[in-house]
Amino acid sequence: MSDVKIGAYICKGCGLGERLDTAALAKIAEREGKAALAKEHDFLCSEQGVAMIREDIEKEGLNRIVIAACSRRAKTEAFGFDGDGVAVSRANLREGVIWARPDTEEARETTQEMAEDYVRMACAEVRHMTPPKPNPEAQTHRRILVVGGGVSGMTAALEAAKAGYEVTLVEKTGALGGMAARLHRRVPDHAPYADPQETGVEQMIREVEESPKIEVVLNARITRTSGAPGRFSADITTESGQTRTENFGAIVQASGFIPYDASKLPELGYGKTPDVVTQLELEELVRKADGGPIKRPSDGKEVRSVFFVQCAGQRSDKEGHLPYCSGFCCTASIKQAMYFRDQNPDIDTTILYTDLRTPGYLEDFYRSGQRKGVIFTKGVASEVRPADGGGAVVRFKDLILDEEVEAEADLVVLATGMIPNSGVDIEKPERREGQSDEDYQKALEEAKARMGLNPGEESVLNLQYRQGPDLPKLRYGFADSHFICFPYETRRTGIYTAGPVRRPMDIAQAIEDATGAALKAIQALENAGKGRAAHPRVGDLSYPSFRRDGCTQCKRCTVECPFGAIDEDEERYPVFNESRCRRCGTCMGACPVRVISFENYSVDTVGQQIKAVDIPDEFSEKPRILVLACENDAYPALDMAAQNGIHYSPFVRVVPVRCLGSVNTIWVTDALNSGYDGVILMGCQKGENYQCHFVKGSEMAHYRMGKIGDSLEQLQLEVERVQTYEVAITDIERAPRLINEMEQLIEKIGMSPFKF
Amino acid sequence: MSDLNAQMLERYRNNFLEEVEANVEEGEWVKMCMQCGVCSGSCPLGPYWEHPPQEIFMMIRAGKRDEVLKSESMWMCTSCYNCIVRCPRGLPITHIMHGLAHYAERLGLAPKQNPTRRFALMFWDNIAKYGRVNEALLSLKLYFMDGFSTGIKRALEMAPVGLGLFKAKRFNPMALIAHKGCKGKKDLQKILAKAREIELAKAAKFGG
Repeated sequence: MSDVKIGAYICKGCGLGERLDTAALAKIAEREGKAALAKEHDFLCSEQGVAMIREDIEKEGLNRIVIAACSRRAKTEAFGFDGDGVAVSRANLREGVIWARPDTEEARETTQEMAEDYVRMACAEVRHMTPPKPNPEAQTHRRILVVGGGVSGMTAALEAAKAGYEVTLVEKTGALGGMAARLHRRVPDHAPYADPQETGVEQMIREVEESPKIEVVLNARITRTSGAPGRFSADITTESGQTRTENFGAIVQASGFIPYDASKLPELGYGKTPDVVTQLELEELVRKADGGPIKRPSDGKEVRSVFFVQCAGQRSDKEGHLPYCSGFCCTASIKQAMYFRDQNPDIDTTILYTDLRTPGYLEDFYRSGQRKGVIFTKGVASEVRPADGGGAVVRFKDLILDEEVEAEADLVVLATGMIPNSGVDIEKPERREGQSDEDYQKALEEAKARMGLNPGEESVLNLQYRQGPDLPKLRYGFADSHFICFPYETRRTGIYTAGPVRRPMDIAQAIEDATGAALKAIQALENAGKGRAAHPRVGDLSYPSFRRDGCTQCKRCTVECPFGAIDEDEERYPVFNESRCRRCGTCMGACPVRVISFENYSVDTVGQQIKAVDIPDEFSEKPRILVLACENDAYPALDMAAQNGIHYSPFVRVVPVRCLGSVNTIWVTDALNSGYDGVILMGCQKGENYQCHFVKGSEMAHYRMGKIGDSLEQLQLEVERVQTYEVAITDIERAPRLINEMEQLIEKIGMSPFKF
Repeated sequence: MSDLNAQMLERYRNNFLEEVEANVEEGEWVKMCMQCGVCSGSCPLGPYWEHPPQEIFMMIRAGKRDEVLKSESMWMCTSCYNCIVRCPRGLPITHIMHGLAHYAERLGLAPKQNPTRRFALMFWDNIAKYGRVNEALLSLKLYFMDGFSTGIKRALEMAPVGLGLFKAKRFNPMALIAHKGCKGKKDLQKILAKAREIELAKAAKFGG
């Protein structure tokens, strides 16, 4: 790499000048970091500071820049240098050094050493980086495929069309509208949240049909999907068997839900008398009544009393029941009770609930129901049986009055839940050769927990991915996504879920959801066209590549990629679909022969940082602790700790990693070999309630580190020297504590014998 | 069984709730209770109520007319207003409790021997007669409510307090005889009689 020309810039602002010997830092950058030039500046992120760097890039031909100032998370715009064709590395002297250390005379020496190491590390890193260039082959189709013509799907289509994108909307039935079209009225979505309102579905269907940008294909299914964001190709097959193939930039899956089968609830009288109905069936009764009195199905008598049984077959661990709350049913029952009370206030309506859930402003709707005289009673129904002469008797335990009671009503309505329509289980356990019965049973149990009551019979998307034809599920059959941090992002980049396929929800939530998913789809296809990452590393130009002659075709990268971004060619070499890639580097961490790298992030860029640190000898009483911190949670947590004046050990050197999943064990063994006394890995929460942006990264790292004990034993080192933690972004007190605990541990067990 | 059937038909209906709304002061608020139980938890006398307010509201909605109106519970209220202050739904719980007690009394269903009820009646007779409370007479009646000997005992127990009040000119034993009451007592009594007539007529509609 003869053409590497590094410029190092050391900032003196924010107290750096007073706390550190910046002239010494500049000297280190020149002598040890081999920087072509090293400059100090009083206020580097100012216009003049940035202009100075730009001028040097132009005049001196710099192509690698080291910014020794604040954390890489600060001043990203000023120090971005996008489009300048340079690689940038940031030495974190502010949050990482002076703010993490006390301003005392005794601390001065170790604080300066810390800063010097970070300058060495940044120079080493940047030397091994290549300025990332967008993939020249990047292209995109600006048409979006929306699967499902219910409220969610129509909203996604309309929102995308409004933003100027063409949409193909595929619906498997013969009409748009989905479940919402079967409703008489909907729960209100605006103030004063007092009365049921028009569903608005007809209006929505009209808008979709009138939109010049939306093409609707009815009676059709997706029989094949392949490709990647920007270049998906899908086969749309109509009922008559005609298939056409089209290209799309992104996909929104709004495949909705399947209503819970109430015939599984004979104890609640369903099927024993026609006067026990589900909420959806009541909507039909009301529509049939057409404004007149609502009549009970058994004998056509006008209904004078109604009993609503909430949580029917829901929130229960019983076999065949849904363990979760479907969230929409409480307000739906209030709405339905109003159908009766608004028509005739002499009709008695009682809602039997265990926990009334009326999210957001719908608490006002609950109040309105109370005001209208709907009776709410907290209790659990044990039995519903047909009454003599029509209607039904509800037997329940009144939880407030603590007694078993019975009440009779002309009509009993069961509030049953939603089952996601999310396609087949792509992780379906198949009996492997030599697998024990016990293991196989366990796998079956896991599959059951993952799929819930989802029948999983027919694929929705028929993806031609090596990872399977549908989206991965985490629990109960819902398409997996993080419901707070990144709700629409499935584990398949460019494919976004919206509506009840993602989690149970009502119309208002589905509309919001679909709008979000449409925007995500636009973001994905636009970024794919520019050859950049869509999320979470938005705008990242780098993408993974591998050295073919070193590859052993072990397939570990293809299996471990959480996003199904890597396929295999005929010779079983990996094929990277960079627009599916989220740039986490899990493949890089997985590769046993270390042939996978990014232009600006590789085994070398981190490995060289680790080597660049100055390791004092065994008798100096200055240990060295390496922290590999996840840039999404642990690194910001440490930054924030420093901002809050929490100090930690001066012997620590923190290297941010894209994801703990990208940590290659070679870094850890190299670090220990070269004399580090301890290594801490900080990733995010793993497991079922994962907070990992890359889903499995933290889990993979924990798994891999679990196996590092052997290497430690070979080196005759204590296993405690390597620790792996789950750190949340809020752990601003815990993260520094973990570092300090490692320092204390080293004091106890002694320094590493590997210092040369 | 037919009795049980009839009961079943009456349960969890709006009938008693509507009666309460029509006759009980602030009764229209009962339906707004969301059963959080903060009132019951806030009541300083909570443990002594057979049915704390939250439960009474539920009983009304469950149609337990007799059990509610014959209950001693709402007579336990000391008007500390803790529940009103804390109720997240803003129910005037204290007023409803008094309203219920009052309605039960009007219907003749209130427990006869309840001491709060007896004192309340004493107070009412006193103020309705004079238009202004005759405190001396009221205390005397209260002391002797349970007979002569307990009356003497209570009066003696309270003597030092009475003496203190007398010295501070807060209590005049002469008022026992000299209490004049307000002007126009006769008119006041007419007004009260008319109000009672209206209330009873309203209650009669519900079979009270």
